[in-house]
Amino acid sequence: MIHKKYENEEHAVADIPNDSTVLVGGFGGSGLPSRLITALKENGATGLTIVSNNIGAVSEGVATLISNQQVKKIICSFPVGPHANELIEYLETGRVELELVPQGTLAERIRAGGAGISAFYTPTAAHTELGEGKESRVFNNREHLLEYAITGDYALIKAHRADRWGNLVYRKAQRNFNPVMATAAQTTIAEVDEIVEVGDMSAEEIISPSVYVHRLVEIASQEERGKVQNG
Amino acid sequence: MVRPYEELNGWTIPEVAGRIAAELEEGWFVNLGIGLPTLVGEALPEGKEVILHSENGILGIGPRKHTGETDSDLVNAGKEPITLLPGGSFFSQSESFAMIRGGHLDAAVLGAFQVSMRGDIASWKLPNASLGRVGGAMDLTVGSKRVFVFMKHCTREGTSKIVEECAFPLTAPRAVDRIYTELAVIDVTDGGLVVQDLAPDVEFEEVQACTAAPLQNRNVKKHSKVSEG
Repeated sequence: MIHKKYENEEHAVADIPNDSTVLVGGFGGSGLPSRLITALKENGATGLTIVSNNIGAVSEGVATLISNQQVKKIICSFPVGPHANELIEYLETGRVELELVPQGTLAERIRAGGAGISAFYTPTAAHTELGEGKESRVFNNREHLLEYAITGDYALIKAHRADRWGNLVYRKAQRNFNPVMATAAQTTIAEVDEIVEVGDMSAEEIISPSVYVHRLVEIASQEERGKVQNG
Repeated sequence: MVRPYEELNGWTIPEVAGRIAAELEEGWFVNLGIGLPTLVGEALPEGKEVILHSENGILGIGPRKHTGETDSDLVNAGKEPITLLPGGSFFSQSESFAMIRGGHLDAAVLGAFQVSMRGDIASWKLPNASLGRVGGAMDLTVGSKRVFVFMKHCTREGTSKIVEECAFPLTAPRAVDRIYTELAVIDVTDGGLVVQDLAPDVEFEEVQACTAAPLQNRNVKKHSKVSEG
């Protein structure tokens, strides 16, 4: 029997060591694996490289790991928001390194990482500050930049429903970076609202096939357990 | 008498949004940037089928949701609650940007800090800011079939946002096709900036006076009597 379900989020992230590269899904608060992020904060691993689109959009996001001084480097496209103030301070004092990447290049670098493609050329960011120092080549009379794949040691993602094998479906635009990040990490950990039995989801609706998903944490069941205990 | 910028009464911002909405063609797939461009979505005439794309993986977004229960999993690029139209679809960020970068969007309507007379656009970082916010702007300006800029003509201090050469960090060179401001609609052509339309009660000379790049006047409205002689 395949068992990917962990008792809780603390157990699911317990082995993430110092200096890991962690891909974190979500677009602002939508599709953000906030329980797993909180558990990673509790875990206390330091020297982390975090790859996540928005830094500082919501209080429960990656900003908490920066405040907790667990982060060495951020790779993102949009490092601003109401909770990004500490990031600015840490960047200015050199405690955190920032790699700013255009959002499409970020998504494609992760996709390449998950698909075994080491690098690719794109015209995005050519002739801009973000393209400075990059290898370039002209295709179709247009300058393209060489961009390298991104892979993670771990991916922390959020989905709506999983089955026991780890097949995932997402709710509305919660999907965003989650399916692509699921493909690009050695160990993908999904925080889901519910886990159903194999066969209970239509094969045609599955967005992330189980091959990409290694660990599951069911959030709803914990909330229900909490209700029972509190009641 | 050429009046200064602060004395010019051009179109209102909703009027500009309405103008852009009217010029988007039925059947087009269009991305609206955060800020002013979002208003274009609200200004689309009911029943006109322009399909709006949101970078976080949505086609077919409807109006923003101002009242009632909102859904944190149904937001636009600015993280504002929105609605989904019948026929809408969800997809991942990598597919969303493959759509953008693969040239599948008919137009992007974006805000900007500066646009140059050659169509260079600067929209992601102020010169002295410690952080830039590039988001999807570089992908949209490079990948969309048409790039329309919707911005105020000048800054609050009255400095022209249309310039000969962008002083701010570039989002993309030679990307903008058309500029919509409260004073004028301006096309970026190989021959320079051409004013296609002027707001009522605003003279070409007045727009030129508050624009830091040479403009050509092809204002059919004001010259129609002359050309029809």
